[in-house]
Amino acid sequence: MIPFEFTYCRPDSLQEAAQAYEQLQREGKSTLYYGGGSEIITMCRGGSLQPGAVIDLKAIPECTQFHLDEEHLHIGAACTLNQIKESKVFPLLGLACGRIADHTNQCRITLGGNLCGTILYRETSLPLLLSDAMVTLMGPKGERRLSFKRVFLGSMQLHDGEWIVAVHIPRWALSAKYAHIKHTTNEKIDYPLVSVAALWKGDHLRAAFSGVVSYPLHSEAIDAVLNDHAIPCQTRAEQVIRLLPEAPQQDVEGSRAYRSFLLTNTLTTLLEEWEHGSI
Amino acid sequence: MVRYDKKSVITLSVNGALQDVVVRPSDLLLDVLREQLALTGAKPGCKNGDCGACTVMVDGWPIKACLMLAVEAEGHEILTVEGLGGATAVQTAFVVANAFQCGYCTSGFLMVCQALLTQHPQMPEEHVVEEWLQANLCRCTSYQEIRNAVMLMYEAQS
Repeated sequence: MIPFEFTYCRPDSLQEAAQAYEQLQREGKSTLYYGGGSEIITMCRGGSLQPGAVIDLKAIPECTQFHLDEEHLHIGAACTLNQIKESKVFPLLGLACGRIADHTNQCRITLGGNLCGTILYRETSLPLLLSDAMVTLMGPKGERRLSFKRVFLGSMQLHDGEWIVAVHIPRWALSAKYAHIKHTTNEKIDYPLVSVAALWKGDHLRAAFSGVVSYPLHSEAIDAVLNDHAIPCQTRAEQVIRLLPEAPQQDVEGSRAYRSFLLTNTLTTLLEEWEHGSI
Repeated sequence: MVRYDKKSVITLSVNGALQDVVVRPSDLLLDVLREQLALTGAKPGCKNGDCGACTVMVDGWPIKACLMLAVEAEGHEILTVEGLGGATAVQTAFVVANAFQCGYCTSGFLMVCQALLTQHPQMPEEHVVEEWLQANLCRCTSYQEIRNAVMLMYEAQS
């Protein structure tokens, strides 16, 4: 049971949603956009969140779109992780979605919810950071479309009242070579100690990480080292640790030293498999 | 646009019948099913989306009813364990395989398995079954018997 009341709105269009947000602001209600609701409901019940209103985005066609055109795959932010995984259209994103929470929860958690949630891992961001994805945002001041990596700096940098409408993934990324490795402390279903997503554009490897530092990370400087074939695989992986923008995380899931060890080993294996042609 | 500010009457489609319920916008589907419709098959366990004891089906997919607002369920088809009727392939398979001990998790497992059968009418690969079942917990650890029940369920279909 959620021990307080809030207003629930379910708009049918982007304009209605923006208007609802403005109206709720005028009424003095703190407002959240609502996708699958897993995190919002959990936090409301636990007392760490008390919104005055939620705006459910699942009846807006642009937010539930899932289609492929000549240039892009368009995925609405209210699409569920399971929907993305089952579609098998963007395998790397499907793998990332399939390792977040359990299957039943994947039927509820949305792409937008994972990207905008408070849980720092936001693992669906990794394939989007690597694939030159674009994102459409909407808010009371209108719609804007921009590069995903410009607006995702560890977390979504949204203007007041903005939400994610959809992401747009260029077609090259859908058929590109990829790898996804996630290590957890014990169980398969858990937050990542180290999660690595890799995507090759032509023969150029791009890699992004979650669980390593305090936010999902993609760095071109790290990519440059990973692609330097003059250096042995393990040395490249060790250099990545030195290029991290902050020290690896240290928490109950794993120590800083263990995360460094795990990332080095994971990257070494990835690079060796790449060099041996088994990826 | 739909907007609810306070207690309202909404209509839910549950087990094939339309049911009027009075809900606050923040009421959870699990509480409404149990307290207003007396459908106590969906069990409150962790109430945190971890254990799966409250699993129901919504539009053919498994959903943890503790993580869904009742107002969100408007316009969708809800199926609870009571709606299975008692003699479905999955229920029979659980009885034959003794796939329970205390039984508290059973209705949740039944609904996950029924959803699996709905989405995969033919026996899927092993890893798919494993993935679906991992969403539910059984503190009595009847996992092997539950796996056997899934096999029997599919055998009964073929």
